[in-house]
Amino acid sequence: MSAPDLSRLTRHTEGGRVLVDDLGKRYGGAGGVDAVAGVSLDIAPGEFVAVVGASGCGKSTLLRILAGFEAPTRGRVEVGGRPVTGPGPDRGVVFQDYGLFPWLTVAENVRFGLRQRGTPRRRAGQIADAFIEVVGLTRFADRFPGELSGGMQQRVAIARVLANDPAVLLMDEPFGALDALTRTQMQHELRRLYREAGTTVVFVTHSIEEAVYLADRVVVMTGGAAKGVPGHISDVVPVLLGEDRDVNAADFNALERQISERVHAG
Amino acid sequence: MTSPTSGRSAAAGRAALGFGVLVGIVGLWHLGVRGQWVLVFDIKMGFLPEPVEVARLLWDFAFGGVFDDAFSGTLWQHLWASTGRVLAGFGLAAALAIPLGVLMGRYRLVHAAFDPAVNLFRPIPATAWVPLVLLIIGFGSQATIFLITLSAFFPILLNTVGAVREVPPRLVEAAQMLGTSRANVLLKVIVPASTPGIVSGLRIGLGLAWVILVLGESNGIEWGLGSMITLAREQVRTDRVVVGMIVIGLAGFLSDRILVHGLKGIFRRRPLVRST
Ligand SMILES: Nc1ncnc2c1ncn2[C@@H]1O[C@H](COP(=O)(O)OP(=O)(O)OP(=O)(O)O)[C@@H](O)[C@H]1O
Ligand SMILES: [Mg+2]
Repeated sequence: MSAPDLSRLTRHTEGGRVLVDDLGKRYGGAGGVDAVAGVSLDIAPGEFVAVVGASGCGKSTLLRILAGFEAPTRGRVEVGGRPVTGPGPDRGVVFQDYGLFPWLTVAENVRFGLRQRGTPRRRAGQIADAFIEVVGLTRFADRFPGELSGGMQQRVAIARVLANDPAVLLMDEPFGALDALTRTQMQHELRRLYREAGTTVVFVTHSIEEAVYLADRVVVMTGGAAKGVPGHISDVVPVLLGEDRDVNAADFNALERQISERVHAG
Repeated sequence: MTSPTSGRSAAAGRAALGFGVLVGIVGLWHLGVRGQWVLVFDIKMGFLPEPVEVARLLWDFAFGGVFDDAFSGTLWQHLWASTGRVLAGFGLAAALAIPLGVLMGRYRLVHAAFDPAVNLFRPIPATAWVPLVLLIIGFGSQATIFLITLSAFFPILLNTVGAVREVPPRLVEAAQMLGTSRANVLLKVIVPASTPGIVSGLRIGLGLAWVILVLGESNGIEWGLGSMITLAREQVRTDRVVVGMIVIGLAGFLSDRILVHGLKGIFRRRPLVRST
């Protein structure tokens, strides 16, 4: 697959800084449950951060607040220097269930955001075609999402947000619904795309291996409403394994085990 | 998409099965008339015309040349007049119900404003409207179109509201994070996502339009399938009543097919109409 030069198609190739300060979220008003509390995080432009933790510890809550889908009940969230007040195209979201528009073709899905933001039809088509090529789906450009496999649909979803040139990419268990083989393949591709696109990435996953393989830093969250303690960040582990990572290498496995212990200590 | 037994031959087999049942019904009808059967509800089959007579009368109604009376060859003029009323009433109902339904389904405030009125008017059947309509509109085409609009309006509205409410929130989130304006979230996401449900409502509304047609046309109308049936009943022409029923049934069936296939033709391969 010969990848087109992405930097020519995107306007700003540098990612945005993500700043989270003393964030808290309570669902259901005054008598409700605290999903997360006291979450602070500073993510550098272009950094890849993975968030891991047991079910219910508030990973999705954090991501949805960054996306602007939920309003925090306390604290401050800034992306690219601007406070987050709602969803916006500076923060592209990749959902576990893809969220593609079933009545639009692959090509139409990928150029949807560009068209909505006023990019002329021809230009939007060119950019969309390039990103469809990047994810290897050129032959399927005129298919509908319902005609594609899960892995292919998630490629479309990734192409759709990348074509929109976001400063930050927010991904909530994007490969969680895929089989092991497809998942590994998608991890490879995401790493390649991340290097080329240069966006900041916040990546929520249940798989510690996936987190260590992809991220510059792994954020470990513990607690959660069910445990009686609001979800919070218990550890932040830098991944100092270089660019070419081998999931079978001894240092990789050691780091994986170390993070696993911290996840389960919470 | 396809049922377990798919393929051309299986489809042909199912069609043959459906046709066989129809032939069976006509056969029983024939035997019942001949044998003067009396069925449940005191249905006296002997009072019915035989299928062959009905077929001949239907032919004459459509093409003339058999009996050559005032009834011969008039089908198309009746059908034309009725179709116009159905389309006017149905079109008006759709034009009102779809936009209102989209807004009611999407915005709580609009729903709160219109829901009580809808629930109050909806249970009033068209038959109960007839006396009032005759007093304030009078006999004729306008009254018929009004009754059709009224009856088709509610199923289209309720299906639209339901479809809009069932749009996966995920699709709205996807549109928002791509930078879609509020107006375009409604037009480019909510409307297409609820189209299969809206089409279901349109099909129910169109079916009802033909039902209500007979009611509306039974007063003070010269041309129309409903008025033809009413006249036939007054003349105790059971055969003509049955012919009128068959024509209305076929018209309703065909208009549904035309609606579904017309929309499928417009949407092409886009999955916007539920497969039937
Ligand atoms: N919309 C909501 N209303 C009420 N409570 C919610 C809502 N969304 C999440 N919660 C609660 O907030 C807590 C954190 O949920 P969240 O979905 O963020 O966890 P998670 O870490 O993403 O879990 P998982 O790994 O299972 O996806 C849970 O206790 C959950 O029940
Ligand atoms: Mg989650």
